[in-house]
Formats: sequence, structure tokens, C-alpha cells
Amino acid sequence: MKRRTFIKTSALATATLYLPNFLKASEEVLKTTTNKKLIVIQLAGGNDGLNTVVPYNNDLYYKARPQISIPKNEVLPLDASLGLHPMMTEIMDLYNDGSVALINNVGYPEPDRSHFRSMDIWQSASGSREYIASGWLGRFHDLQNSFSANDTLLLEIDDSLSLASKGNSSNGLALKDPKKLFNEVSTPFITQLGKNYTATADHNHDNVSYLYQTLSATISSAKYIYQTSKIFHSALSYPDHEFGHSMKTIAELIISGVNTSVYYVTLGGFDTHFNQKKRQENLFKQLSETISIFMKDMKANGKIDDVLAFTFSEFGRRVQENASEGTDHGTANQIFFFGGGLKQKGILNDGPNLSDLDNGDLKYTVDFRHIYATILRKWLNANDNLILGNSFPYLSFV
Amino acid sequence: MKSVSRIDMEFQDKIKHLYNRACFGVPLNTVSSKQEIKDIIHHLIYAKSTHTTLQVASLEEVEKLQADIKSMPKETAKELRKAIRDRQVQLNQLWLEQMVNSSNTLQEKMALFWHGHFACRSSNPFFDQQYVEIIRKNALGNFGTLLKEISKSPSMLQFLNNQQNKKEHPNENFAREVMELFTIGRGNYTEHDIKEAARAFTGFAFDKSAQFIFRKKQHDDGVKLIFGKTGNFDGDDVLEMLLEKKECAHFIATKVYRFFVNDVVNENNVQQLSDVFYNSGYDIQKLLHAIFSSNWFYNIENRGCKIKSPIELLVGYTRIIPFQFTDNKSNVFIQKSLGQELLNPPNVAGWPGGKNWIDSSSLLFRMRLPQALYFEQAINFTPKATIAEVYSYTNNTIMDSYIKFAVKKIKTQFDWSAIVQQFNASSDVVKDISNTILISPPSQASLSAVRKSIESYTSESAIKSAAISIMSLPEYQLC
Repeated sequence: MKRRTFIKTSALATATLYLPNFLKASEEVLKTTTNKKLIVIQLAGGNDGLNTVVPYNNDLYYKARPQISIPKNEVLPLDASLGLHPMMTEIMDLYNDGSVALINNVGYPEPDRSHFRSMDIWQSASGSREYIASGWLGRFHDLQNSFSANDTLLLEIDDSLSLASKGNSSNGLALKDPKKLFNEVSTPFITQLGKNYTATADHNHDNVSYLYQTLSATISSAKYIYQTSKIFHSALSYPDHEFGHSMKTIAELIISGVNTSVYYVTLGGFDTHFNQKKRQENLFKQLSETISIFMKDMKANGKIDDVLAFTFSEFGRRVQENASEGTDHGTANQIFFFGGGLKQKGILNDGPNLSDLDNGDLKYTVDFRHIYATILRKWLNANDNLILGNSFPYLSFV
Repeated sequence: MKSVSRIDMEFQDKIKHLYNRACFGVPLNTVSSKQEIKDIIHHLIYAKSTHTTLQVASLEEVEKLQADIKSMPKETAKELRKAIRDRQVQLNQLWLEQMVNSSNTLQEKMALFWHGHFACRSSNPFFDQQYVEIIRKNALGNFGTLLKEISKSPSMLQFLNNQQNKKEHPNENFAREVMELFTIGRGNYTEHDIKEAARAFTGFAFDKSAQFIFRKKQHDDGVKLIFGKTGNFDGDDVLEMLLEKKECAHFIATKVYRFFVNDVVNENNVQQLSDVFYNSGYDIQKLLHAIFSSNWFYNIENRGCKIKSPIELLVGYTRIIPFQFTDNKSNVFIQKSLGQELLNPPNVAGWPGGKNWIDSSSLLFRMRLPQALYFEQAINFTPKATIAEVYSYTNNTIMDSYIKFAVKKIKTQFDWSAIVQQFNASSDVVKDISNTILISPPSQASLSAVRKSIESYTSESAIKSAAISIMSLPEYQLC
């Protein structure tokens, strides 16, 4: 029997997604350190969820997509109604191993179909009518740093930070690879400024101190990460594309024992207004092969139970295909979870209901902030209420 | 009793502060101590100069640009996208040049403020062009006029979905933002006010020639209850009602204070400004005059406390050492990498500003940028906004070419004549230059880092490398 079969009927699926009330974590004092690692994978551009987890027994799906639907016989079946895109063979293997969970129809009320705006909403964890200039992970960084300083708690594997990694009083650290950042902070000019400041700091203005604090934290973080990253070099061969390189960097940092709790990485290219088939195939191949190798690395090095990775996209796409063999901006979408520490595995709720649409778009059934709250509280052991500015119900997947 | 030279220093520091805030830094060699501050202020605010309209697209092209790109053959669509993008890059460049070269710098600085305030983005360069004209032309004019023109611009009408705001299906987006972000701010209206105001704004639209049009058939001319008043209000009535509220003057004065004076608001000062602004009927020149001629503006806690925005930084460079990018694309690449691209604000709330400009990577980027520009170094950096845009194009090659171009070869032309003339390499150039271009004296540590970075002591190259290093200091990020 496959592990996922414990959730079956629709009513039950929704019920088991959430913790019974009496089991909710009480306001116990939260430890600020955890050995758990979170990897957030942003699928930028708005991934077409319906061609990712395919409702392959639903006529409405095939009717809405005469040109770009995934043929039934090519789908990798997860259960009697849903199946994975054929390029996700490695993810299928992970699924059969019990290292994957899937939540369908994740979104938020009054969805916005602009890339920028919807990405802001997901990254800042705001409502669709609010503008918040800090990210949910940035605020996690703020809060944990108020207990004990750790400048390398949150790393974004890129040249610059997204809104998600910017806090109110502190920020995550952006780096594409440890060596590159180390080289950048090791020029004589920067070394001198970083060193001299601590000896002679005396400034009237808050912002002068802020700049120098940022500089000196960047230098020490870059050194710490570079030195520590030398401890472990992966023997596995990660695929040779940017996402592969980024995930390799993350794997090496985790296994080397760097004190980072959260990693943020982006895979872009999902805005498939036309020619969707070919582009999605290419992207899913990248995603699937990379995650599979990453998980192998984690397993081989005893980290698999401490690692949780999840994917998200700023929105899903419209149910009806467009005239250019593509899809336009839509709403709700699924989230994949990968890791050895999942408490619920498989498909955790009902797939999308194609006969109950909102103006041609899927209706969300799970608010993404419930997922954030769950991860913050139950995986990262952090106070989600303070970070999200609201209390959301917890789910049971971790 | 102060010595003459100390009074002189104090005067120079005040002037520096004034030019930093009202303009984009002190232009070399322009300030003589014979002028009185009040005359300089008057000149900055009331300078008469001919207005230059920035033009990159013609009316004939509007229709072409508004055509449905998705239904075109691929090649045609690709060409059109490239043409659109080129125009936007060109408009960005022209605007930046105005900030650098205009004889009315305060107007351009204020237009930059309004750009962040009425933050707007369009995929149509003709709309962009109209929008830029409105905020530049009215930058120092009357806020009421500016508000009305912006509210009727195709750019904003489209950005905030007022084209879809119709009698049968009201869309509240514009009504909400005009209250929350453009005039009175949160806490001064109810959800009911927004619902009713959205009805009043129905019919505000633009036609095929990109002109405002009031579509009577789509307008809901029924009775509305807004701010406790009842009537058959339309959009113009709502804008008037917003301007009548003192909260509007206070909201704008607060934001202007944050931009020109200090991120930390002094409520007494703001109240004073708010009264001046309201009583003058929203005269922007009077508001600015009240700021720059106040005593508190020159208080030590207000000097050097602001982090330069990327545009202030970039324009500021050229005020010290005039330089040009050989290709406009480099200019846009640098703006993106620094985190502020003209005509591309993050959302309708504008750029958050302040400390938000600085994190580990943006600080390092700022600290190596002057060198990279001067030595035409390759900048191995992929800006975030670009990733977002790459995938909004069906064919990656358009935006990719901008990045690749910029990364491989940033070509610049520097004009060193002014700075080389002004400083004498036989004296302490590091000290002289830093006194001129930094708002407050740097620490000994910073000075010595700069000294160590100077490779050559032949007069000209010493001046050049000193200037480049000083512009790379954390202290230089402040104004």
C-alpha cells in the first residue's frame, strides 16, 4: 500500500490538512535555534499547475485544452485522478519513496494577476490590498536575530535579495556562490574599510553606523561561509544549469554545517503565454533532475530528515488555453513539499474543481499564509504570529 | 566669537546640504560665498527656464502599440516588443539627462519625488511619455492640478484598472489608491467611501488617441454618499473633496518632509508645512520654500542623515565627474542593479526608500560601481528586476541582450576637466575632495583607506583615483 492512501475522500482530505484545534501549539517559549533547514524554491513567472499535476481523468481539463493538454497515457499517475507531468520522473520516484507532499489549490482572497503584485503578496505575505515593504523570511530573520545574532541565518542564492528576504531591521544575505562573494569582500579597499571602522567607529548618524554594520557583517559572513563551505564538496554530479549550480551550493553549505536555516532560490521562465509545451518540459526536467540529486545528497549525508524544500509560484494559469498554445495568468496553484521529515505524505487535499471556476480561474481552498505559519511554527520553531502579523491555523504536514 | 573662516565653513556646509537635498549634490565651482542663502533658495525654486518636453513616441504610433500583440505573427510581435522597449530605454535616458543637465534641477528632483508618489508603470511608451510630462510640468506647480492630470492620464487609468471601472461592474482599484496612497492616507476614509468613490470614478477612461475621455454611458450618475456628503458625484467631485481635507495637505507634507528633510518625521515641523501648503491652495513652490528657508532644515540632525536613492546616486556622480554611457542599455542595467529603475517602480506604493536601499549586495555594488564605470570593468551581476522581466517576454532574447550587453562591456566617457582643474594635487587632494563631495567629514579610517587606494601620485591620476575612491565610500551613500 502506498503511503498516500491514508487520505482519500474529499471531506476527509480537507479535514486532515489542518490540525485539530486541541492539538494546536500553545504559546510555549520558542527555542530560537533549530537544526531544521528550509529551502524555498520560487518558480517565477506563474507556473501552469494544471499541466504540472494533471487531472488526467477529467474531461473538462481536456476540453479546456485541446492543444496543450498532457495526454492521459503520458501522465505519471499519482492516484486515480491526478498525475505528474511526464518530465517529472525523478519526482515520481521521490513520491513513491514517501519524500513528497502535495497541497492543491493554494492561493489567497482577491487574487491579483500581475506578476509583480502577486509576487509581492506571496513574498511579503500581505493581503491583496496591503503593501508591505518587508518579506516574510526577512521578518523571520529580524525576529530570530533579536534573540541571538546570526547574519547568515537566511541566504538567497542570487546576486541580490528579493522582497522575501528583506526584513524591517535586518536582511538576508545574497550570494551566488561563496567564492564570488568572498572575492568581492577581499579587495584591499573593502578589507581596510571593514577593519578600520570597528576600531574607530564614531558617527552621529544612525545611517552611517547602519552602512558600516552592513559592510562589516557582509565581510564576516562572506568569510565564514566561504571557509565553512570548504568542508564538504559534493561528489554527485549536479546538472549543469543555473538551478543545478544553486542547489549544489545549498547542498554543500548544509552538509558543511553552515549555520543557515533558510535558503531561497529562484527558477524562472514559467510565463508560458505561448509555446508552453516545450518550455515546461525543459523547466520540469531541470527541476526534477536537480531536486532528485539534491535529495540523494541529503540522504547520503544524513541530512534528509532535517530538510524541507517547497516550491511556489506567484500564480497558476487560466484553465482555458489561449490561441497561441499557451496559457494566461490565473490564480490558485499547487505547492510541492520535499523532505524526509514530512508528517503527511502524498496528495493532501482534493485537486482543483474544474466545474466550479471564478471567471475561468481556479478557486483557492488553502491560503498560502497557513502554509507559511505552519512552516514557521512547526518546522523553524519561530513565532509565526509576530512574523505574519496575524494568527493563521496550522496544517499537519510537518 | 566665531572666526571668519569658521563662519565660512558653516556657510559652505549649509550650501552643500541645500544642494544635496534640493538638487543632486553641489555642482563643482558654482557656489560663491558672496551669495546669500535666501537668494540661492529663491533661485532654485523660482528659476525661470524653458520647459523641455521629452519625446520618444508619436501619436501615430499609439495605435500600433495598443494593438493586440498576442494575435500577431511571432516575428512582428518580437519587433514591436523590441521597439517598445527601445523607446522606454530612450525615455529613461532623456529623463536622467534632464536631471543632470537641466538648469531647473529642483523641478527634476521634485518630479522624481512625484514619480515615487504617483508610482505608475506602463507597457506603452507613449503613455509613459505623457505621464513623465505631467509630473515634470507640474512638479513645482499646484498639487491639485497635478492630482487631476495624473488621475486622467492613460498611464494611471490603465495601471489602476479604471478602464474596467464601469457602472455595472465597479472596479475599486483607483478609488482605493487615490485615497490611501495619493491624497489622505489610511485611517481617513472608510471602505464605504471607497465603494462609493469607485462609482463616482466610473466613466473616467481614455480613447484610442490616448486622450482622457469621460464615458457618460459607463458613468454611474446615481446618488453617492462620500465622506458624509450626499450627491450625484463624479470623479472630479471626489478629487475636489479629497483636496478640501486638511489630511491631504498633511499627508503630502509628511511625505515631502521624509524625502527632503529626514526619514524620521518631526511632527511640529510637518504641521507647520502642512498649514503653509493647505493655506496656499496646494502651492508646491511655497511648500518647498517653507522647508528650505526654515532654520530646522539646517539642523545638524537633518544633515547627512539620508541614504541616497540609486537615481540620486547616479545623477550625483555626474554632477562631480560628468560621464556618459556609450549605450543607453548600460544606464538601465545600472539602475536595475542598484534597485531603482525610472518608469519601473515596484508597485503603486513606490520605492520604500531609506534603509531599504541598502543590504549586503546593494552596498557592495555601490562600493564598486564608481571603479567599474571608470575602468569599464565587466560587472558580473544579474539584477533581480531583469529576471522578472525576462519571463514576461515570450522570447528571452530581448531582455537577455540588455543584460549580456551591459555585463560584457559597460562603455563610458568621463569628462575630468572640471575636477582636475578645481583641485591641486600638490595639496592634500584626499582631504580637499572629500570635504567638497562628502556631506560630513569621513573618519580617519576611511581617509586612510582612500589614501592607500591611490596608486599613482602624478597629479592628474591622483585626483582621479582619489575622487573614485571617495565616491566608493559608505559615507558617500549619504546626503
